[in-house]
Amino acid sequence: MAAADELAFHEFEEASNLLAETPDAATTSGSDQLTPQGHVAVAVDSGGSYGAEEEAEESDRTALLQEEKQQPGFWTFGYYQSFFDVDTSQVLDRIRGSLLPRPGHNFVRHHLRNQPDLYGPFWICATLAFVLAVTGNLTLVLAQRRDPSIHYSPQFHKVTVAGITIYCYVWLVPLALWGFLRWRKGVRERVGPYTFLETVCVYGYSLFVFIPTVVLWLIPVPWLQWLLGVLALSLSGASLVFTLWPVVREDTSLVAAVLLSTVVLLHALLAVGCKFYFFQPLPLEHLAPPLQATSLPPDVLLPLTPGAKTT
Amino acid sequence: MAKAAESSGDPGTTSPRPLFAGLSDISISQDIPVEGEITIPMRSHIREFDSSTLNESVQNTIMRDLKAVGKKFMHVLYPRKSNTLLRDWDLWGPLILCVTLALMLQRSSVDSEKDGGPQFAEVFVIVWFGAVTITLNSKLLGGNISFFQSLCVLGYCILPLTVAMLVCRLVLLAEPGPINFMVRLFVVIVMFAWSIVASTAFLADSQPPNRKALAIYPVFLFYFVISWMILTFTPQ
Repeated sequence: MAAADELAFHEFEEASNLLAETPDAATTSGSDQLTPQGHVAVAVDSGGSYGAEEEAEESDRTALLQEEKQQPGFWTFGYYQSFFDVDTSQVLDRIRGSLLPRPGHNFVRHHLRNQPDLYGPFWICATLAFVLAVTGNLTLVLAQRRDPSIHYSPQFHKVTVAGITIYCYVWLVPLALWGFLRWRKGVRERVGPYTFLETVCVYGYSLFVFIPTVVLWLIPVPWLQWLLGVLALSLSGASLVFTLWPVVREDTSLVAAVLLSTVVLLHALLAVGCKFYFFQPLPLEHLAPPLQATSLPPDVLLPLTPGAKTT
Repeated sequence: MAKAAESSGDPGTTSPRPLFAGLSDISISQDIPVEGEITIPMRSHIREFDSSTLNESVQNTIMRDLKAVGKKFMHVLYPRKSNTLLRDWDLWGPLILCVTLALMLQRSSVDSEKDGGPQFAEVFVIVWFGAVTITLNSKLLGGNISFFQSLCVLGYCILPLTVAMLVCRLVLLAEPGPINFMVRLFVVIVMFAWSIVASTAFLADSQPPNRKALAIYPVFLFYFVISWMILTFTPQ
């Protein structure tokens, strides 16, 4: 009775002690008296908590199964809400996973855990588009400081161009990739292809590394800019390749090599295209017009003087 | 009915009875239908109020709406945790602010430079589609704010940036130079921070706590883009 009172007061500590003891008690046949008492004590004194835990676990499991079973139709708001079912910590974890790709770690299986979200890709693309336009404009400002003959303009049309390019890249290239992988599905037996949204997710998160790179491209040192570009491209490309490798390695080696090199090539094309369009090497452009201007006046002056003489 | 009253007493011998003494003995044998009209005095008051907004002068209507908009401007300029912006939302204020900002930011039609500032339509689209996107984002993340309430808050919180635009325009009338740019940069940064604080004060409570940063970051991006457009405005 005293033991029961003690157990009644310090419910959780004693229950955990008993639970730790019961495996030992169960294996030894000599301590038969302990096992029924231990079990009874667990049932009676912390029966509430232990039973509740079991029930809670079971109800959680059934709730999860029910959630997996019902899928709202694509015309309902709830369907799209399921793609934004992420917390701040999850988004940050996925960004970290894309920044530091490791050979064994598959981004989709390890970080996404088959729950792709659209929040990350959408807002990373929006941020990248605006950062590209803003830093491109800032380089023009800095160039004007060094060379006052350059005419500064806000260049607002670059926002539109950046937005369209980035969003088309993140939607059309994964579409092509997903289509291609599904077409080759017959060749692979073990690993199924990723869903379309998982592919979009991988591409969207892989573009995150370009955001700090673009900001650092403000530094007007050419070799540093190329170095940063190559670094960002290798990180981003590695993340894509490590994610695609488990799916592609069962295919013929030719197809695998062509696919992976196409993916990396398209990524490189995007990076280099952005570098050249938004961060144009300005001094070369603006040196040409002054040269033409200095060559004009002698030609202009000559016809004027005969004209003045004749009139 | 009459039988009971007559049988209760003799007219000659009894003392004068009180007036309704026999009423307690009366039993109503038939059901007397009770009908008629019940008029509630309040109803006529409400009718008067409804017709009065139709009959009032146009000045009264406009002044009432302007006062509501002005009251909300005050709530944005001195942000406190209050429900006024959310409870009586309206989109007049955001429209006035957006049109003012777009008119001031657009490049002049004379100068058809290819890479100039934004056109009127571009500013309008950025403000309204940006606000709609942020609202959809916040609702998809599970926030419990209604669509138009969120549009209202985001639109009204452009007020500090519109004030910054006016100040920048005035500052640009002076001679250009680094001091000019520093003053404009300082004003735009202060107003940008004010917009963010004001909108966060109203919008943050509607999100679940583990997703607040996810909902606030697009607001930050939105006001950053508008501030960038204001800062890079160069008169031609």
